[in-house]
Amino acid sequence: MTQRALHDQGVAELARGLDQGAFSALELTQHFLARAQADTSGSFLHVNPEAALAQARRADARRAAGRAGALEGVPMAHKDIFVTRDFPTTAGSKMLAGYRSPFDATVVRRLGTEGAQDDAQAAGGAGMVCLGKLNCDEFAMGSGNENSAFGPVRNPWDAQRVPGGSSGGSAAAVAARLVPAATGTDTGGSIRQPAGFCGITGIKPTYGRASRYGMIAYASSLDQAGPMARSAEDCALLLSAMCGPDPDRDSTSLDVPAEDYSARLNESLDGLRIGVPAQFFGPGLADDVRAALDEALAALEKLGARRVPIELPLTELAIPAYYIIAPAEASSNLSRFDGVKFGHRAANPADLLDMYKRSRAEGFGPEVKRRIMTGTYVLSHGYYDAYYLQAQKIRRRIADDFQKAFAQCDVIAGPVAPTVAWALGQNASDPLADYLADIFTLPASLAGLPGMSVPAGFGQGGMPVGLQLIGNYFAEARLLNVAHRLQQVTDAHLRKPQGV
Amino acid sequence: MSLTPSDIERIANLARLQLQPDEAAAALDKINGFFTLVEAMRQVDTRDVVPLAHPIEVVQAMTLRLRPDEATEPNAREANQQSAPAVERGLFLVPRVIE
Repeated sequence: MTQRALHDQGVAELARGLDQGAFSALELTQHFLARAQADTSGSFLHVNPEAALAQARRADARRAAGRAGALEGVPMAHKDIFVTRDFPTTAGSKMLAGYRSPFDATVVRRLGTEGAQDDAQAAGGAGMVCLGKLNCDEFAMGSGNENSAFGPVRNPWDAQRVPGGSSGGSAAAVAARLVPAATGTDTGGSIRQPAGFCGITGIKPTYGRASRYGMIAYASSLDQAGPMARSAEDCALLLSAMCGPDPDRDSTSLDVPAEDYSARLNESLDGLRIGVPAQFFGPGLADDVRAALDEALAALEKLGARRVPIELPLTELAIPAYYIIAPAEASSNLSRFDGVKFGHRAANPADLLDMYKRSRAEGFGPEVKRRIMTGTYVLSHGYYDAYYLQAQKIRRRIADDFQKAFAQCDVIAGPVAPTVAWALGQNASDPLADYLADIFTLPASLAGLPGMSVPAGFGQGGMPVGLQLIGNYFAEARLLNVAHRLQQVTDAHLRKPQGV
Repeated sequence: MSLTPSDIERIANLARLQLQPDEAAAALDKINGFFTLVEAMRQVDTRDVVPLAHPIEVVQAMTLRLRPDEATEPNAREANQQSAPAVERGLFLVPRVIE
């Protein structure tokens, strides 16, 4: 039996321990619940011990009955953008304070139980135990988790810094060992960037791999769910459970069968061509980040990979293109929050229009309002061609440039962000600074490509640096393989923040 | 090209947002700041480029699926209305629309 503390063990190790009877799902859930409840970082928005313990008891019963799912009884938590029946769902917004969904998101069902929740014999689903919901930027709009209506999240490596965003609570909770794994969503980098800032591993699959059903929509042509954990091995386990077609519930879900992303983790990297885009290593990249990435790339070279210089010439234009397309889609998606069927309603409305306008003004935070207005403007009569259509054309060229690059390389490597995590409050009055810091994650988002963040080392102030790996469509298994091999010869993903 | 306070007023109305005067001023300033970045994008010659609305169009033809026209969801009115701001006899209440 292992001597390591339960919270220091990853998903794979905990699943093995459960399988061998070293501990029960109930013990495991109690252990992580105690940590989540004692936490002061702001990572969790909702914890429901009663629901979590009931799930754990059912997991133990299923295991005893020989009906265990792949990750039966391993604790996790969901970003509060996935709707859940067991917990409130707020999307980090006052608009949805106290909202209870009548159904579970597809990703929630697949990682948990697909069948009836009160049935110990229920089959299907990975069987993970959900402890609660994790803080995020309001409607996933932000890069530092400071746009949450329920307060910021502190980075476990330095409480005065942001954890990244928008999946900031997910990244911080995994780094602080409050959960071995969490879900995140990535529209313009919201899995990769917080994973990088908190020194954990996260992957955004190809657009359309994971169902968006029950994932509160921000920008529907970009939103994609993915796992966040400490190792690539653990991410592979969750990703295998999350993905797969959901044709009746998500019209953009791809008809591509689910894969076992763990199967190819150990493949050799001999001869692997790593594309290094000149535009990702320009003068805007901080020296400490550059140095850490260089070490990670050198480690990959020792494993048999070689670097190939490539060009992604429109990298800088990904910022305006994304910040037009995403707000345009958001302005449409968020029109459903009108105070009628769910969400906040202003008191004593004079008429219907007054109710809409005041409910939305009171329910949404400033960044969400700005994006709704930007989106409304670029879609309005007389501006559509100049802004929205032009942005979609830039999007096509960015996607085409990636295909040219993948003719010369197997994966692309670069920074996740230009710097390590910045100080809380630093960009509070300057949203543009947050936008600019998204430069390296936006191109893959616009193209719909899979991307991941892998701990590369540490930079200024001892803060984690993330290595971004981008693959061609459906190349998640290759990305995870590269990350896993790197993690077998490096230890950045094993380091713990002080006091954890 | 810069937006003016009256543009912000018009857009906020289209977006059904009641902005306070200080909010409108801050929004104007920040949205204009962003549109300085957009100018570089507008300069790119994209005459023969087909707009990309769905990322997967790049690798495979996207067809809209039609599922069989069958009722697959049970009636869950109570559950669906549990988070509604105002409900009476199973109906959503809104301010009077017709005098």
